[in-house]
Amino acid sequence: MNAISDALIITKRQLLQLARVPELILFSIIQPIMFVLLFRFVFGGSIDTGQPGGYVQLLMPGIFVQTVAFTLASTAVGLTADMQKGLIDRFRSLPISRSAVVFGRTLGDGALNIVVLTAMGITGYVVGWRPTSGLFNVLLGFIFLLVFGFAMSWVGVLIGLSVRDERVATNATFIAVFPITFLSNAFAPTTGMPKPLQYIAEWNPVSTMVAGCRELFGLKNEFGATAGSFPSENPLMMSVIYMILIMAIFIPLSVRKYNNANKK
Amino acid sequence: MKAVIAENLMKTYNKGSVQALDGLSLDVEEGTVLGVLGPNGAGKTTTVRILATLLSPDSGRANVAGIDVLKHPDEVRKIIGLSGQYAAVDETLTGWDNLIMFGRLYHLSAKAASARAVELLEQFRLTESAKRPIRTYSGGMRRRLDLAASLIVRPKVLFLDEPTTGLDPRGRQDMWGVIDELVKGGVTLLLTTQYLEEADHLADEIAVIDHGKVIARGTSDSLKKQVGGERLEIVVENENMAAVKEIVAKVSGSAINVDEGLRQVSAPVTTGSKALIEAAKLLDEKGIHPLDIGLKRPSLDDVFLALTGHVAEEKKEEEDSMTKGRKRGK
Repeated sequence: MNAISDALIITKRQLLQLARVPELILFSIIQPIMFVLLFRFVFGGSIDTGQPGGYVQLLMPGIFVQTVAFTLASTAVGLTADMQKGLIDRFRSLPISRSAVVFGRTLGDGALNIVVLTAMGITGYVVGWRPTSGLFNVLLGFIFLLVFGFAMSWVGVLIGLSVRDERVATNATFIAVFPITFLSNAFAPTTGMPKPLQYIAEWNPVSTMVAGCRELFGLKNEFGATAGSFPSENPLMMSVIYMILIMAIFIPLSVRKYNNANKK
Repeated sequence: MKAVIAENLMKTYNKGSVQALDGLSLDVEEGTVLGVLGPNGAGKTTTVRILATLLSPDSGRANVAGIDVLKHPDEVRKIIGLSGQYAAVDETLTGWDNLIMFGRLYHLSAKAASARAVELLEQFRLTESAKRPIRTYSGGMRRRLDLAASLIVRPKVLFLDEPTTGLDPRGRQDMWGVIDELVKGGVTLLLTTQYLEEADHLADEIAVIDHGKVIARGTSDSLKKQVGGERLEIVVENENMAAVKEIVAKVSGSAINVDEGLRQVSAPVTTGSKALIEAAKLLDEKGIHPLDIGLKRPSLDDVFLALTGHVAEEKKEEEDSMTKGRKRGK
């Protein structure tokens, strides 16, 4: 049981950081809110979605998924900073479970997403987002998003423990996540992309996540090249498979990396 | 009873291209302080990291408080404290938050962790700053808090890796005071340093390391004897050279060293400031006003020169690879 309580102490440390420096919360929610407003008002008027309620209905699931995907970046940057400051060394010299620090970190970053998603949801509501599927499905969608953020966070652990410098972590994760979130159905329908790109975009886990959330929020999905295939017919199921895969690969790798950090 | 034993430790970095440790052996008697003295890149940090379970050697044996470090690292972690060159604490949090967090990670109850934090803050004169974020602390305060965090469970063996590197003279004095008190409390301490003065002040015994192995071992007195201890140095105008040679020879009683170019006369002395006063008195009696007069304490360079015939050299690349992922002070 120590493994869990140790991890929770590390999680608590992160939440305490937010309490000590409330600006941290402010800055984690400002950017997503800004994105909601910019996309809603800059592109919203010129994209005809063919669905009731306008672009904002399609936008919100996309921007939710993009935001939680970026959990990868905050996890990576946070861990690299801890390594640089020697904190990881100190943790590793303590008699605690070998996975506590990385589990605690991913839980903490996952927990911050609750605040971020709530702020985004409220902003979305103010600018016209009205999911039609009922409270239960909407909540299910949010749980889905939180788990996806948690899974992506594990990719961040591996990156964060592998690079030497915080700036490298910032840039590397941005370069990794940004194209993945845009090469998807998150902001514009994939049907307008060149055919080969459609395959990539529609099999992209970000797209299946977005499609899954749209389904849960009561919207129809539109697929191009892959229409009729398994991910387009079952985006929720496909997303669950992706999340399990990501965690099955990256949790063991990350825990191993943590135990060998600086140990080469 | 030996509290720390390292036997024939070997470690290479970068696929063998950098030899960090080359058969290093040392031991620390229980309740004593061993100062590991050497320049950057000599293998000090690597040694500490191996003994503190953070790094595996390529070969060799390490034992802390009777426990095999390589076989039972978890057992070792329960009884050691480690404080490194960089204050490894969470700077966003307050001093109090940090001590509670580490206390809980040592599996103290919430109550015990609080009680211990109060004690440690008091002991390290940080009570007033307890509720301030660490990033507002001075370098010395940070280092003291870091040390406090490594003492939460009253470790049997404490490792301090260059505890005063980067501190200003006041911070250094402060840190020495704190370490002195710990030593009086009976902790077994292995500390690394680049400063002979620091090892001299804090350690019972000194191990000088160079290129990954121990090249000399002994008390600070015996080392200084090998190096020649303090030297009296006087610089005068040319016309007074002859008189000063006589004075220095008389005060020192040993062979003098004359540098005509610098117009400097020097010789080893054993009586410290007494010799300085005596020399000043004799100069004054003869009406000679020296351009410069002073005692020169042997530095790490002098020790190295005496022991190895070469000056202490830094091995930059090794330091870099050794601390992969950590920010260095320079």
